[in-house]
Amino acid sequence: MAILVDTGTRLVVSGITGREGTFHSLRNRDYGTNVVAGVTPGKGGQDVDGIPVFNTLHDAVEQTGANTAMVFVPPRFAADSILEAEDAGIPLIITITEGIPAHDELRVYTHLERGTSRLVGPNCPGILSPGKANVGIIPAQFFKEGNVGLVSRSGTLTYQIGNELAQRGFGNSSIVGIGGDPVPGSSFIDMLELFEADPETELIVMCGEIGGSAEEEAADYIEEHVSKPVLAYIAGFTAPPGKTMGHAGAIVSGSKGTAAAKAEALEAKGVRVGRNPTQVSEIAVEILGTRV
Amino acid sequence: MDLLEYQGKQLFAKHGVPVPDGRPATTVQEAVEAAEELGYPVVIKAQVQIGGRGKAGGIQLAKDRAEAEEHATAILGMDIRGFTVHELYVEKASEIDEEYYAAIVFDRSAKKPMAMLSRMGGMDVEEVAETDPEAMRMLHVDPLLGLQDFHGRRLAFESGIAEDVVRPVGAMLASLYDVFVREDATLVEVNPLLITKSREVVALDAKVTVDDNALFRHPDVAELRDPSAEDPQERMARERGLTYVKLDGNVGILGNGAGLVMSTLDVVAQAGGTPANFLDAGGGSKAEAITSAVEVILSDEKVKAVLFNIFGGITRCDEVARGLIEAFEQIKPDVPFVVRLDGTNDKEGRALLAEADLPNVHTEATMLGAAEKIVELAR
Repeated sequence: MAILVDTGTRLVVSGITGREGTFHSLRNRDYGTNVVAGVTPGKGGQDVDGIPVFNTLHDAVEQTGANTAMVFVPPRFAADSILEAEDAGIPLIITITEGIPAHDELRVYTHLERGTSRLVGPNCPGILSPGKANVGIIPAQFFKEGNVGLVSRSGTLTYQIGNELAQRGFGNSSIVGIGGDPVPGSSFIDMLELFEADPETELIVMCGEIGGSAEEEAADYIEEHVSKPVLAYIAGFTAPPGKTMGHAGAIVSGSKGTAAAKAEALEAKGVRVGRNPTQVSEIAVEILGTRV
Repeated sequence: MDLLEYQGKQLFAKHGVPVPDGRPATTVQEAVEAAEELGYPVVIKAQVQIGGRGKAGGIQLAKDRAEAEEHATAILGMDIRGFTVHELYVEKASEIDEEYYAAIVFDRSAKKPMAMLSRMGGMDVEEVAETDPEAMRMLHVDPLLGLQDFHGRRLAFESGIAEDVVRPVGAMLASLYDVFVREDATLVEVNPLLITKSREVVALDAKVTVDDNALFRHPDVAELRDPSAEDPQERMARERGLTYVKLDGNVGILGNGAGLVMSTLDVVAQAGGTPANFLDAGGGSKAEAITSAVEVILSDEKVKAVLFNIFGGITRCDEVARGLIEAFEQIKPDVPFVVRLDGTNDKEGRALLAEADLPNVHTEATMLGAAEKIVELAR
């Protein structure tokens, strides 16, 4: 088992003919992901190394049975592409694009919330279920199958923590990047719910950062709904207020959204918080026992 | 991107929010000319992106030419909580009867815009929220429908503002919402929202933040960026397409990915050091980007040592190593470096560094080891 992407994934890539789109689509296919289609308006009928390209997501779904979309188009076109994927009936839309205007994200989020499609991202590295499927830009070579579910607002920090865990012998059920934007399509809570229900996952590691209140909301949810152990890491203790730290959503506004407040909120609900990535893996050993 | 008051008011005027007549000025002469044109009394206001201008003496009433000249001279160049005043706004003085507060904000946790109104304006909003939380009324707005008339009416009646201005205040909220959506703002705030002696409703101040990610849709707003108010290193980094935030310590930091860089700052602080900056060289960093980033970091004279913390995913460690070697050829840094390379092509990267044998460059295998080493070297 894993969550969201697995051997049943049939992936269509929006923006497949762009440089990054092609590179990562082929990397995902090399990993074993079933990449069934690509979409670039005006390039229908072409192919990318054997992957058929369509003009619309509707054509791609109709002709290939795609059930997952990966959006790789530039920021100004990304909201449109997500809405097109939803309109074509795709249940899972993973958006890698960074730099989408916040108001576009608000409209997309509000529309999708009223339907049944799930959005993961934007501004995220995608989802990897080791041994099954990789959708996005996560470097899969560092991860193997296992019982730790990992959910994170940051890409490279996920690799760092995943790698620390791997060095201590842990593998992952799934690794989900929910992205660093102010309006993520999916929250920590959405992923906690899926990991809680996933029989393979025995420990959930959540990796948060400054800005917003998603970690605090997750803390309340964990207390009420999560029976599995949850371990957290929060980045940005030294971030000054009012400055955007790389991710559009990583900003301490006045006294709100600090790393200290998030760590406190989680610890108050019994979630252990590692103070650095290495400590996260040490606590994982305490919780699950030694694996090496 | 935070706009200055007068820039915000220009956007207000464009979308029908009533504002007093005014002119920006960058010299005393311009300020006096503006005052003469507007007619006295005028208010001379420091244009800086920080609150508390009035208390700091940055807002003064001028009843004649001599006073306008005197105040403009005093305020230009004034330091207000670390911000130097480079621009003034000369505005026709208003007769104040009542002061309210209105705002449209981006409520991240609800994932909705939120309209706010209070009859207690002209003061610190956070203070009002603490002392009299009932005084601030708030309503969420469906972003697919936009602000409706009933939102304005409800806020107006519930906040207890004077009945004769319920309609015009509602109309102002609607116009502020237009600014919020059409200008891709993440914050539109009016404090105070003024009711004049003749019962007119005007925005006496304007605080507008525009989403950086949407500036491509607003070339006019993008041009308003005020380079003189920007930190020199931050400007240099922005012009080079690097994500950089200046901090006040002495350990220069470069990493790939925002989360990992934030984490690196924290780990350096835990080891007893003080980070000089946040610099995300980005995913897939190429050698030129690394060289360019090293130049930005070293242009801060406080930097006594530089830490590279790279976990290569898409970024290849050998590219990072090449960038560093290139940087040493071009700029010959005189401070020590600690380099931690892990992930994609890490062995190749480390081999390149070993071969280049750069002066005063230390390699470390782990993030924690690298943090300890850099703190020791920066002492």
